[in-house]
Formats: sequence, C-alpha cells, structure tokens
Amino acid sequence: MMMTRVLRRLSRLPLHAVLLAAGLLWMTPTIGLFVSSLRPPDAVMRTGWWTVFAHPLSFSQFTLQNYIQILTAQGMGRAFLNSLIITVPATVIPIGVASFAAYAFAWMEFRGRDVLFGIVVGLMVVPLQMTLIPLLRAYNHLGLAGTYVGVWLAHTGYGLPFAIYLLRNFFGALPRDLLESAYLDGASDLTAFFRLVLPLSIPALASLAIFQFLWVWNDLLVALIYLGGTENVAPLTLKLSSLINSLGQNWHLLTAAAFVSMAFPLVVFLALQRYFVRGILAGSVKG
Amino acid sequence: MHWRKPWAAWLYLAPALLIVLAYLVYPTVATFYYSFLDAHSEHFVGLTNYRWVFTSRAMHIAFRNNLLWIVVFTSATVGLGLVLAVMADRVRYESVVKSAIFLPMAISFVGAGVIWLFMYAYRPANAPQIGVLNAIWVGIFHNHPVGWLTTRSVNNFALIAVGVWIWTGFNMVILSAAYKNIPRELLEAARVDGANEWKVFWKIVLPLMKPTLAVVVTTMIINVLKVFDIVYVMTNGNYGTEVLANRMYKEMFHYYNFGRASAIAVVLLLAIIPVMLVNNRRFREQEAL
Repeated sequence: MMMTRVLRRLSRLPLHAVLLAAGLLWMTPTIGLFVSSLRPPDAVMRTGWWTVFAHPLSFSQFTLQNYIQILTAQGMGRAFLNSLIITVPATVIPIGVASFAAYAFAWMEFRGRDVLFGIVVGLMVVPLQMTLIPLLRAYNHLGLAGTYVGVWLAHTGYGLPFAIYLLRNFFGALPRDLLESAYLDGASDLTAFFRLVLPLSIPALASLAIFQFLWVWNDLLVALIYLGGTENVAPLTLKLSSLINSLGQNWHLLTAAAFVSMAFPLVVFLALQRYFVRGILAGSVKG
Repeated sequence: MHWRKPWAAWLYLAPALLIVLAYLVYPTVATFYYSFLDAHSEHFVGLTNYRWVFTSRAMHIAFRNNLLWIVVFTSATVGLGLVLAVMADRVRYESVVKSAIFLPMAISFVGAGVIWLFMYAYRPANAPQIGVLNAIWVGIFHNHPVGWLTTRSVNNFALIAVGVWIWTGFNMVILSAAYKNIPRELLEAARVDGANEWKVFWKIVLPLMKPTLAVVVTTMIINVLKVFDIVYVMTNGNYGTEVLANRMYKEMFHYYNFGRASAIAVVLLLAIIPVMLVNNRRFREQEAL
C-alpha cells in the first residue's frame, strides 16, 4: 500500500517539474523587469538583476529614483493620464453603441435583419491596416488627426463588429418568455432594453469591457497612426516606444517606464480574470 | 407580439451602422482603389504596385518572415497551450500555473518588447552580461555573447519567442475549457479497457478536441498575419526581420508610397479571408457539438 503510494507520487514528479519550470520560465522576464526598475543605474549596468537575490533582504540595494525620474522628467506621468483619457471613452462608446445595435439584431424585427447582421460580423475580417490610409487622409482634412476624439471613434469602429457579435449572441439567449411578457405588459423597446436586457447582461458587458479596455490600453498601431508626432496626447505605449529609441541602454529608466505602462492593466486583469476568460471563451468557443 | 413602429429598429442600429460604414466599409473600398494608383494616389498605374508586392526583394523577406511566424508561432503557441492545459488539469495548483502563463496577455506588445529587449541584452565578451539569455549562454555554456536580435540566423526566432510568451496562455485557456468538456467517463472507460495515458490522449482526447484546435490554429494565423508591434519595437524590421504589416507602415511613413502600402493591405486582407472562412466553419461545427 505504502509502496504504491510512494511510487505514484514519484511517477508524478516529472509532471510537477515541467509545470514548475513552465511557470518559472513565464514569470522570469517580468520579474527581471520589475527588479531592474528598482535598482540604481550603476548596479543595473554592472551586474545582472538576479544578483539581488544573493541578499534578498538588504533593501538598500533598491531605489524608487527611476520611477520618480520617468514619471516627471521623461513625461510618463502625462502619458499615463493620456492613456486613461483615451481608454475610458474608447471602451464605453463602442459598448454603448454596440448594445443598441445588438438589441435590434436580437429582439426587433425588420427586413434584411440576418443579412445585415452577417455583413457587420463579416467585417471582423478587415485588418486594421486596410483602413489606415483613407482614414488618416480624412482625419487630416477634418482636423481629427492628433485628437482624442479621433482615436475614440477609430477604436469604436474597429471594436464594433466583435462587440455586436458577442452581445447579440448573449442578448438573443435571454429567456424569450421574459421579454414577451414585458412587451405584453406594455413595456416599450427602450424600457425592455434598459430595465431587462442590460441588467441581465452584466456578465457579458463586463467581459467585453475588459477586452476592449486591454485592447485599447495596450494598442500601439492606432495611436501611432492617428496620434503619431503629437507628443502631448501620446498614450503610454507610444511614449514607451519612443523612449526605447531615446533612452537606449538606460535600462534602469526603460524598465521603470515599461512597468508603469503595465501596472494598471495587470491589476485590472488579475482582479477580473474570470470575466476576461469568459469573454475569450464566448468569442472563440462555446462557453 | 407587440406592435412596433417599423422604423424603430433603424434608430437603434443607426449609430453602429454609420460608424462601421465610415471606419470599415468606406476605407476598405478606398484602399482597394488606392492600390491601383501611384504613390500619391494621383494617377492610375494598373497592377504596378502588386507587381512590386510580389517581386521586390523587400517584400520577399516580409513574406518569408510572415510564413516563418505562421509555422513556428502557431505550432508553438497551440502545442504548448495544449500540453500545459492537459498537464495543469492534473494538479491541485492548476489555477496558479495557468495564471502565471496567462498573465502576459495583459501586457502590451510594447511593454513585452522592453521586457524581452532586456532579456536579450548584449554586452561585449569582456563586460558583465546583464541579459538573462547571454548570462546563461556565456556564464554556463562558455560561449561568446550573441546579439540575439541582430544575428540573422536567430533573430526571427527571438522575436517569435516573444509572441509565444504572450499568446500561449490564450490558447491554453481555450483548450483547457475544451478539455474539461470531455466527459470523464469516456476517458475512464478507455483506461479500464487497458489504454495507457499516451493512447488515451492520441485516440480520444485529440480527436474530440479537433474542432477547438482548428479554431485556435486559425485564430493564431490571423493574428500572425497582422503582427506588427513586436517587430516595430524590437528591431523595426532591420536585420532581415521585416513582416508585412511593418513594411506597410514603412511604405506609408518613410517612403510616402501610399500605392504600395495599400497593395500590401489588400494582400493582407485577401490572405485573411480564407483563414477566417475556415475559422467560421469550424466554429459552427464546434457550437453544434
């Protein structure tokens, strides 16, 4: 009995070893970045970041100086604010617009409904690249290049097909009886939409919001094209990518800047991981 | 049914349709049109831009690299995602391991770019190595330090590794859900009949997960066709690492050749369409399960 149990444990050793190694391998790059961002410049250049673990408890080897410098002198503070200003409306607007459309596709009857829905969803195939040149030209004419409004609308346009697809599927799966009886009681579409459909769809809306938030916050290309060259509206990703060129080998600053750009989405992600996973599953497999 | 004004639905749809029309439909048509015009979109040049796309040396490199990304990135992210999903299912600390591997999904490609630039950091042989990879390469294996991003035989793989680091968690989560959907009795029955774990995996698990695997593979291919940020941030397409999306950006902002840039975008779209169709069909098959 004892013997077989020990043997079973032993046979599972490779399983644990592989999983542990994979977990460690995946964490190492991020840990290295974080540790380096807390070390003084000469230490970063002189020794590898892993040497701090020789004396893990000597806190004198760490400093917050890098963070102070990049947030103030290097303008990451401003960029953080810009990222917030860009991301919040660029998350709220598409979800709002998509909700209305998804309600119509799910619960209202009109001619050509299914065909139109097919076309909107089919637009998911269009790569961003396909839209950049005409939109940039239009933006230059309309004075929308380098403005927050321009970026909000662009993210709305790019996010809509997926958002409508996801929400329509969720709205459509709500119990038919519930809505029918509400209509019979004289509820208008607007009432049904605000009082029934939206509250019942909070999980789907939350998943979508996290998706869109991460997508916009982490986006480089859209910002690069429509905001490129306008320093005072640049979000974190854009700022960070230009720091890579200007700071070069100043790893202590670069690592701190990168961590500033990552901190917020990491917190959101860790806190709301469940919703994010649900969104992924709804978007690509049955949940 | 209750009575409705026939035009009410269009009020709900109008904002979405207007935005989609302006931001997706019109630009797509315009880009098609521009791809037949010259650099400044003034004169009709026929298929000149497409000839350049398919014959120029720069584009050959971009096509080659995109193909390399498709093959290596897709097989690595899907393979690792599957293995990790199945393995993690067997231990009690499953959620911890999965979180660790899933975490990079929250990090931007630019942030990941800095993380990995630092991992790949190169110092001359007589200086201390501060990048993890060269520290191991030099310190443990006693080799000369390597410029992982500038050496042509390895740099594309170094970039792809960053993508794999970010996306494996995504596949793992999806494949894990599909794996957990397989009825346990089915696997138990096979084991009782004397099949070993290996056989159970190949003969039962894999065939049952095929539709999900197909969805994941096609999703990764679509991703990779559009890959831009990693290359832009880490090498800017130098040293033979250019990809299609990166080249398009250069045609726009360095060479101001909007005809060629548009042609690249069209090729990208045409490459994505068939993959998307397969993705859709498999997706429906899977939903029907």
